[in-house]
Amino acid sequence: MKMRHLAVAFLILGLAVSLPAPAFSQAKADTIKIGVFLPMTGGVAAYGQGSWQGIQVARDMKPTILGKKVELVLVDDKSDKIEAANAVTRLVEKEKAVAIIGSSISGNTMAGGPIAEKAGVPVVSPTATNPLVTQGKKYIFRVCFIDPFQGEMAAKYAYETLKKRRAALIIDKAQDYCVGLADFFEKSFTKLGGQIVSKTYCQTGDKDFTAQISAIKAKNPDVLYMPNYYTEVALSMKQAKDLGLNIPVISGDGAQDKALLDIGKQYVEGLMFTGHFEKEAATTPLAKKFIPVYEKKFGKVGTFDVMGADAYFVLADAIERAKSTEGAKIRAALANTKNFKGISGTINIGEDGNAVKSLVIVQVRGGDFRYVATVDPPGAKPEPKKAAPKMK
Amino acid sequence: MERSPLFCRRAGTGTGFLELTFFLQQMINGVALGSLYGLIAIGYTMVYGIIRLINFAHGDVMMMGCYFAYFGILMFSLPWGASFVAAMVLTAILGVLIDKGAYVPVRHAPRISALITAIGVSFLLENLGLVVFGGRPKGFTTPDMFAEVYEIAGLMIPALVLWTPLITLILLSGILFIIHRTKAGRAMRCISHDMETTRLMGVDVNRVISITFAVGSAAAAAGGIMWAMRYPEINPLMGIIPGLKAFVAAVLGGIGNVTGAMLGGLLLGLAEILLVALMPEIAGYRDAIAFGILIFILIFRPTGLMGSKLPE
Repeated sequence: MKMRHLAVAFLILGLAVSLPAPAFSQAKADTIKIGVFLPMTGGVAAYGQGSWQGIQVARDMKPTILGKKVELVLVDDKSDKIEAANAVTRLVEKEKAVAIIGSSISGNTMAGGPIAEKAGVPVVSPTATNPLVTQGKKYIFRVCFIDPFQGEMAAKYAYETLKKRRAALIIDKAQDYCVGLADFFEKSFTKLGGQIVSKTYCQTGDKDFTAQISAIKAKNPDVLYMPNYYTEVALSMKQAKDLGLNIPVISGDGAQDKALLDIGKQYVEGLMFTGHFEKEAATTPLAKKFIPVYEKKFGKVGTFDVMGADAYFVLADAIERAKSTEGAKIRAALANTKNFKGISGTINIGEDGNAVKSLVIVQVRGGDFRYVATVDPPGAKPEPKKAAPKMK
Repeated sequence: MERSPLFCRRAGTGTGFLELTFFLQQMINGVALGSLYGLIAIGYTMVYGIIRLINFAHGDVMMMGCYFAYFGILMFSLPWGASFVAAMVLTAILGVLIDKGAYVPVRHAPRISALITAIGVSFLLENLGLVVFGGRPKGFTTPDMFAEVYEIAGLMIPALVLWTPLITLILLSGILFIIHRTKAGRAMRCISHDMETTRLMGVDVNRVISITFAVGSAAAAAGGIMWAMRYPEINPLMGIIPGLKAFVAAVLGGIGNVTGAMLGGLLLGLAEILLVALMPEIAGYRDAIAFGILIFILIFRPTGLMGSKLPE
């Protein structure tokens, strides 16, 4: 009998912890409800956790919009595309959010985006960089740069600054972001005159990269480009050093989370990547206000934290300019965001929904992210939609 | 060492020596991965062999073992050796608690109930881990003696490749000793033949099964710690894939057979690595290959490579 009670207790506990994070939904007329879908668990949880902290701090700094209290509703997309679509459906249909912030990665934003698009609810993504995220969408926006720019700058940095000619790639085939970014890098690098000597693939969640690295080593490259997420980058760098492949490694904005340093330790030393923000290079007034408040609460500020906050600030600004919580009006105001001095820099959003802004080149040195250089976008004007290359 | 023409084409560096180095290096990579699968599979297969329960929570028990070791080093600043032993003991206790709380109540229910309960326990541990430890991955600290890499004639041999078989051997002999040389072990073997008759002989079946879970869980913790030292990233969902791969290894070797599990693990690891090495274009399908092997084995040789005749 006693055993049975214990079993029941186990079952109840199991149910309690396996329920999704409860969304508090005491919607009142005097609140503005903003939905948030982020990867709080799963393979890229660090991005979602960081951005969520940033969004919360930003909300505390600006708790009311149009004189109404802001209510945030968070739904975990579990780093999974299907869950991301479910999360957006829930935010749109059940929570009736006036606007949505999310998600951290391109694949998930692309999975959730069309649902919000259809419902006419604007979405602002903090860090989804693949061009397809906003392409052909009226209601999807982002506060980050896009991958053609990032890939081109990484290729330029490898070719011109590091003077490397033989690049090898490890590409996470399960992620739209990684495949796209690798593609843009390859195009720019070969256009400059470089050569891609080896192209290997992995999958999100893989832990062992020794086969890929041994194959790459046999081709004698002088630079390794890995536009993957932090866990895969950290583990593959460790295994590259273990296997004696000691060449410079370049990555994309996905590398910039402290989990990379925590997992990779001494092995990620020297890694270079293109990122959205680095504290050492923060100059805007909003950054000077935000960083101390954030750090008092959560410790050292990271890129994804800042990008989450920027998404909130840009959205709040747009709703105020729209003077309405109607989807179409917020959309029009978002598309008209000009010279917004965010934390990560000046944000201009074009009619296509993409932000045009500079990127920073960051290197891991002494166990921390260090600022190397800032690269400004080619033109002040956003690229037209058609320019975004097709992905495989 | 024979070199396949396929392999020569892929390596493409010209000289035979380099090709040989490439091939041998990939073999080492395969053994390194495979021995870890084998090590994790031992606990899996042992529990199955005795109580005929496929413990799907094995991978998650392994995850808990990693977190115990992680917190032992980080929060209580224990030396790594002490921390690893403490983690194994705590995981063993966890294994007993899981048995008492989840499996004892369904002991006499049809076997499928126990299997579903095991899946439930697996979800429980994963979500409990997410709540307690958080979703953000943590870096595992590898002691220096395990982190070293030896270079021999151009081949890079990580120290763990040498340590894993040694620890597997110690663990394996420990388990075999318990099963074949102790009273509890004799009871375990009896239970695997006929649980009811064993009970009629006056053996406290529940206690013996608890011991089985304790040993199996401690083995999971050891496997998990070795895994975390090689791939130093731990998160609450880390047990899923190694757990499934260990299951494939156990089935491949003949589920219930401890030595077979080791062999199955090695074969699986080699197959995965060689697939990526020889056919980089389809490297994304390595998990599909692992589970394809599982289906293949279940269809054509359900008892596995070293399995005995089916008991039923």
